[in-house]
Amino acid sequence: MGLQAPELIISSGSLAEVEKVLAAGADAVTVGDTRYALRASGHFDLTMIEAAVQLAHPQGKKVYVLVNALLHHEHLNGLEPYLGQLAEIKVDGIVFGDPAVFMTAKRVAPTLGLHWNTETTSTNYRTVQFWAKRGATRALLARELSLTEVLEIKRHSPIPIQVQVHGMTCIFHSKRELVSNYFRFQQREEAREEPLLLKEHVRKEEQYPIFEDQHGTHVMSNEDICMLEHLGPLIENRVDCFYIEGIRKSIDYNTQVVSIYRRAIDALLQDPQDPVNPDLVAELQKIQPANRPLGTGFYFKEQIY
Amino acid sequence: MTVKTKIKKPELLAPAGNLEKLKFAVLYGADAVYIGGQKYGLRSKAGNFSYEDMKEGVAFAHKHGAKVFVAANIMAHNEDFEGMAEYFQTLHQIGIDAVIIADPAVVDICREAAPELEIHISTQSSITNWQTVQFWANEGIPRVVLAREVSLDEIRKIKQHTDIEIEAFIHGAMCISYSGRCVLSNHMTSRDANRGGCAQSCRWKYDLFEELDGEENALFEEGDQPFTMSSKDLCMIEHIPELIDAGVDSLKIEGRMKSIHYIATVVNSYRRVIDAYCEDPEGFRFKPEWKEEILKAANRPLTTGFYFHNPTEEDQIFGLPPKMAAYDFAGLVLDYDPETKIALIEQRNHFKVGQEVEFVGPKRDKFIQRIDAIWDEEGNELDAARHPMQKVKIKVDHPVAPYDLMRKEK
Repeated sequence: MGLQAPELIISSGSLAEVEKVLAAGADAVTVGDTRYALRASGHFDLTMIEAAVQLAHPQGKKVYVLVNALLHHEHLNGLEPYLGQLAEIKVDGIVFGDPAVFMTAKRVAPTLGLHWNTETTSTNYRTVQFWAKRGATRALLARELSLTEVLEIKRHSPIPIQVQVHGMTCIFHSKRELVSNYFRFQQREEAREEPLLLKEHVRKEEQYPIFEDQHGTHVMSNEDICMLEHLGPLIENRVDCFYIEGIRKSIDYNTQVVSIYRRAIDALLQDPQDPVNPDLVAELQKIQPANRPLGTGFYFKEQIY
Repeated sequence: MTVKTKIKKPELLAPAGNLEKLKFAVLYGADAVYIGGQKYGLRSKAGNFSYEDMKEGVAFAHKHGAKVFVAANIMAHNEDFEGMAEYFQTLHQIGIDAVIIADPAVVDICREAAPELEIHISTQSSITNWQTVQFWANEGIPRVVLAREVSLDEIRKIKQHTDIEIEAFIHGAMCISYSGRCVLSNHMTSRDANRGGCAQSCRWKYDLFEELDGEENALFEEGDQPFTMSSKDLCMIEHIPELIDAGVDSLKIEGRMKSIHYIATVVNSYRRVIDAYCEDPEGFRFKPEWKEEILKAANRPLTTGFYFHNPTEEDQIFGLPPKMAAYDFAGLVLDYDPETKIALIEQRNHFKVGQEVEFVGPKRDKFIQRIDAIWDEEGNELDAARHPMQKVKIKVDHPVAPYDLMRKEK
């Protein structure tokens, strides 16, 4: 029986990037309006989102829009028309975490795909079933899961699941302006080139990007996930969607990463047990920024509590 | 004759890390307590309750008209489902009044296993707007605990648009992140924050750098305090009327890891404020001594969090936190003989002859007492009570009662 190709998705920060990553082999892009999106790579207003849709659809590709903020009341105004407009311009789906977005979308934009993503808290299959039963069409899993857990969720999930295979992840989100607060405390308010890097006093070799925006402060992982050499089991077990996080990376880097994963996936569809071509791994290592070590996140790591 | 405005008295909800703390919380004025069981809670290091302790705690609380909630607010992983249905059935049989749950998976399992067990949605779900409250109302949930990022104005709006119970934190330590949206511990220590393993990495010391042309540029100078993400503790003791007027149904105190002295002092202060305001809203005046009491137990400097404005650097702790609690819990009253005025005290911290101590109790005013003599149970005179849990006798001029606390200035 032939294996289904997983959907290869990458977040994009500009129309130029959308064009390039689609050409490099992405099946879909994720974009967002920073008012409703957490950690979008760049700001896409409605006109830009429509342009992205017009780029993607003729190629049979998709555009998903991040509406994944934790909403406060000021965000609720305008949410309804916004979701209606996204449906009108034929966006393929929205990524949501807050149930307020989910309820509103079901009411005013029932044609939109509803990709449930609560980041750190989508950790088990019963939760996926809960949201699937209420109408979510896809579940994006937390990154703090082992491969075994991911595959178990896949076996029990009535809807497609999406896992991150590459890039940085958010590991902390506060509503507070923690960087600005620190500089105000030090009474120094000079301009700073974001993202800044956070280093623990104990393990100074590890650095975590940190940045502020209208949703607060975000701390990102010190490593980039890279599952390039471990895609086989994900494909074999029919994990549906592979996500590459493109935030804080150049268009060139993201385009090459898409191309590398595209080629790896296409080869593995012939035989998922085959090791990935070492040339692809070498190609990736060559473009990887020196301060962003590659790792496999929690896919093969034990956690205690 | 003036007509008094009738207002609905909110529930005062207190933490209880173990059975003894539960009793103190109830006696010092909590309308309800929340505890952790052996599984599925977020304080893997708190005492936590066995089923036997839960039974005794429920019996004690119910006898005093108080409720008992159990926190089961982990973000579950697949492996956690084993035994979970039986767990909720047992809690229901024990007579637990409600469970506090964050993960929709756990909500479903609880509803299937124990349909009559009431469910409250935990602050770990970071509920920040009325539509999300409505989502849970539509699910048949009778109460949600709001995110700590919600302001007083936002609470008013939530109450206008929805009609389920709203629980809000009024006191204690706070996540500086949106609760549930932090996995610093997972990444820095391999401890799962959302299953009780939080290592409080946010409060660690860090340095900040910027990247300029591929070079790292340090954003701190010699002598600067390090970067950190440590919040002051929430304290709403001076704003209880606003919270009650906004319609908050349950006022929640944080701290299942906190001491008996802390629980008793904090609970009792809020009890007095709530009672005073609800008794006579128009005539209510805040008494400074209520805040002074809180400060006798506080662990960190205090803030009003997000209730009135987005927190600034003033609401965070940089550098060494100042020494806060000025009082030690010295002893617990076990018995008192009004004839001889001799109290039997269980020692909790060193005290000695010549010291002044303060007695506090749930229902009456505190008073200061000088210790003139200490005897052991055999009547031998001692110069000090040196041993934890040692039972000693001292003379106390005013009547005291079991569960009264004796404390001393540090």
